[in-house]
Amino acid sequence: MHASSAAAPAVHYLNNEKTIRSWLTTVDHKRIGMMYLVAVSLAFLAGGILALLVRTELAAPGETIMGPDAYNQTFTLHAVLMVFAFIIPAIPAVMGNFVLPIQLGAKDVAFPRLNLASFYIYLIGAVIALTAVVVGRVDGGWTFYAPYSTSVGNGILFITMGVFVMGFSSILTGLNFIVTVHKMRAPGLTWTRLPLFVWSIYATSIVQVLATPVIGITMLLLFLEKLLGIGIFDPALGGDPVLFQHFFWFYSHPAVYIMILPAFGVISDLMGTFSRNRVQGYKFVALSSVAIAFLGFLVWGHHMFVSGQSAVSSIVFSLITYLIGIPTGVKVINWVLTMYRGSVWLQTPMLYALMFLITFSIGGFTGIMLGVLAIDVHLHDTYFVVAHFHYVMMGGNVIAALGGLHYWWPKMTGKMYNETAGRIAAALVFIGFNLTFFPQFIMGSRGMPRRYYDYLPEFEIYHQLSTMGSYILGIGLFMILGYLLVSLFKGRVAPANPWGALTLEWTHTTTPPDPHNFHHTPVVTRGPYDYHLAPELFADGHSGDGANVSPESVHRSPSEA
Amino acid sequence: MGENGTLWLPEAASTIAPEVDALFYFVYWISVAFFIGVVGFLIYFAVKYRRKDHSYVPPEHHPSPLIETASIVIPTILVLIVFTWGFKVFVKMYAAPPDSYEITVRAKQWYWEYEYDNGVVVPNEIHVPIGRPIKLNMSSEDVIHSYFLPDFRVKHDVLPNRYTSIWFQVDESGEYQVYCTEYCGTSHSAMLGTLIAQPEAEFQRWLGDQNADRPPEELGAVLYTQYNCSACHSVDGSRGVGPTFQGLFGAERPFEDGTSAVADENYLREAILNPAAEIVESYPPAMPPSYSSLSARELDGLIAYIKTLQ
Repeated sequence: MHASSAAAPAVHYLNNEKTIRSWLTTVDHKRIGMMYLVAVSLAFLAGGILALLVRTELAAPGETIMGPDAYNQTFTLHAVLMVFAFIIPAIPAVMGNFVLPIQLGAKDVAFPRLNLASFYIYLIGAVIALTAVVVGRVDGGWTFYAPYSTSVGNGILFITMGVFVMGFSSILTGLNFIVTVHKMRAPGLTWTRLPLFVWSIYATSIVQVLATPVIGITMLLLFLEKLLGIGIFDPALGGDPVLFQHFFWFYSHPAVYIMILPAFGVISDLMGTFSRNRVQGYKFVALSSVAIAFLGFLVWGHHMFVSGQSAVSSIVFSLITYLIGIPTGVKVINWVLTMYRGSVWLQTPMLYALMFLITFSIGGFTGIMLGVLAIDVHLHDTYFVVAHFHYVMMGGNVIAALGGLHYWWPKMTGKMYNETAGRIAAALVFIGFNLTFFPQFIMGSRGMPRRYYDYLPEFEIYHQLSTMGSYILGIGLFMILGYLLVSLFKGRVAPANPWGALTLEWTHTTTPPDPHNFHHTPVVTRGPYDYHLAPELFADGHSGDGANVSPESVHRSPSEA
Repeated sequence: MGENGTLWLPEAASTIAPEVDALFYFVYWISVAFFIGVVGFLIYFAVKYRRKDHSYVPPEHHPSPLIETASIVIPTILVLIVFTWGFKVFVKMYAAPPDSYEITVRAKQWYWEYEYDNGVVVPNEIHVPIGRPIKLNMSSEDVIHSYFLPDFRVKHDVLPNRYTSIWFQVDESGEYQVYCTEYCGTSHSAMLGTLIAQPEAEFQRWLGDQNADRPPEELGAVLYTQYNCSACHSVDGSRGVGPTFQGLFGAERPFEDGTSAVADENYLREAILNPAAEIVESYPPAMPPSYSSLSARELDGLIAYIKTLQ
């Protein structure tokens, strides 16, 4: 990294120490965030390649490139890597670590050493889970329903252990963030002045701390059953396999919110910054994230409408599911309205934010569809569900993560990527994603079950479209990897505040940030999206390029006065 | 609808399917309308308010509380309608009518086995009569499976430690696809079956023909119960509505009209198929003609069974 431009500081977090050891033993939240970025990107790469193998196998009925057992293990490994090693840590561990303390005006998280420990615990967990899948025969997707999963070997013990260990990393990260948000906000940074990204990570952290122990209990019960022969889940021993599903979803449904809430935060920041407007319904967006974090614990049974739980439970779970659905829908409306009378700058991060609003809406509407009891009976365990959760997880979380990555990339690396390449790749991702997953809705509601190695000829056209889409999506994602790596070496040096954003990571520290973030603790006097104050805050008005990076504004926003 | 259904849904073959479909398309069109609204405003705003002037600073504006309230209230009302509707249809799907024709389903890796109440066991191809509710009582012999009939819009998991059930009624003859939709191992995707819906008489004929590998007297014993012969004819010599079967074969039968005959195979055949032809002395002509549809094998079986009751 060279200080070749006036915008780049001579000393920043990337170049203050250069040894490998200084990285591996760092307690700097920014460096830990970057290490997570490398780790989760590798998981995403591996999971993505497996997804392409799955789609290739399904390009034609019958055996295409692998046999049924290989196929079953491939889609399982894809799911485990994507869910537990990629999506859950992606936004909180990478962007949460990198951005959250700076947005709070803090020098680091509350417990920097614990933060480093979380990273290594995550690595250990990922290795355990991978070993379990590769060595110990685990198949049947990421849900591991007993008694099938327990009947094929002991792999299930290790995979739950791996998930639990990775979950422990989440607990520690979550704990760290909760304490950091409560105790380390800069003077003047009241709760209503927090960027919505902070709110969403805060809500996510609550879920991480509360939900993850359940997977630990499940693991303990599995060990008791396997080693001592106490019947808990295995009907042959007098256990109840439906109980396993309750345990699994009691963790995994809140985990869905661990995956999506951080995306809400990223999108809020992007919509505000690139529309030059306050985020519409700030308080609603902030508080509903926290409400969802708690309500998210009460809807696990909507995964089990046809599993054999009582009809009364199903009815209650369906109703509570709608309680969560509504605030989520209102958020989407708020984000769209944020552009109203704004000045919408269609840079790559904003393209991802708009893409999110489209794909996540489809995910949301189909979620409403699945929450309807009578319709779920038909759609459950079909490709409709597969398409739905890919629209939420990928169209929601991954698209938001890509938006956030493009938004904070200059902050993280000090380099700008090629904007034209960024837009082309965004278009490829959008087209490829929809072509991959939209046909899956149709084949699913027409009856195609999920986790099928083979299929009837009537579904061939949908599978072929889907496979074609996955290749386009793959090309788009590899293109992103390519131009981001190129930007590290050949990219234009990033201005201090390329987007003219108003949150502290853009206005009060250098790009890339100083090793200690701030020389002086910032004093906050305005809201995170008070873009109408831009002329007073930025010397050159709107864009923010070359913005004043150290002194605090003395202006109060009218709403705070 | 038609043979291939609509774009989104397959043929609606069961009585519940049109109700599910109506709800599906209600949610679908509301979603489409909202989605077009969201994307329409998104594109409109993104174009209309697109950044043209680098230094333009949008004025601070406060959103209308009306829009905020409406964006909460309207979706809430709609989802409550959808929830209530879905709940009503679900309850209907859940409660089988008491007069349902019951078939036992056993799931195994990787096929379905059906057992009818006459003891007939067939793999993978289930036959059901049309025009009456059918209830499948299901259990698994190994891992969890799930029984899915997309054309009927019904599905339920099949568990190893308890019974679950689904019910449906189909009014038109046809062949329908059965899937296993809970992952169950290597050949999960090959755990397919066929459901054949056929008119009652055709179904009964099929059912009768299924005992080909069963000794006739055993078949007869099963049919004796299944066809409710036992309600009128005892097998222990006691008098019921009709004569006992014990010691019947080979005995001299006195008739109301004063004639008599020896109860041989041909007599029994005639008595079952055309019971009103000859009425045994001192008994009422109570036997209905509904047994005339028995298959030849079933007749053989019943006669063989009666022969054993000496």
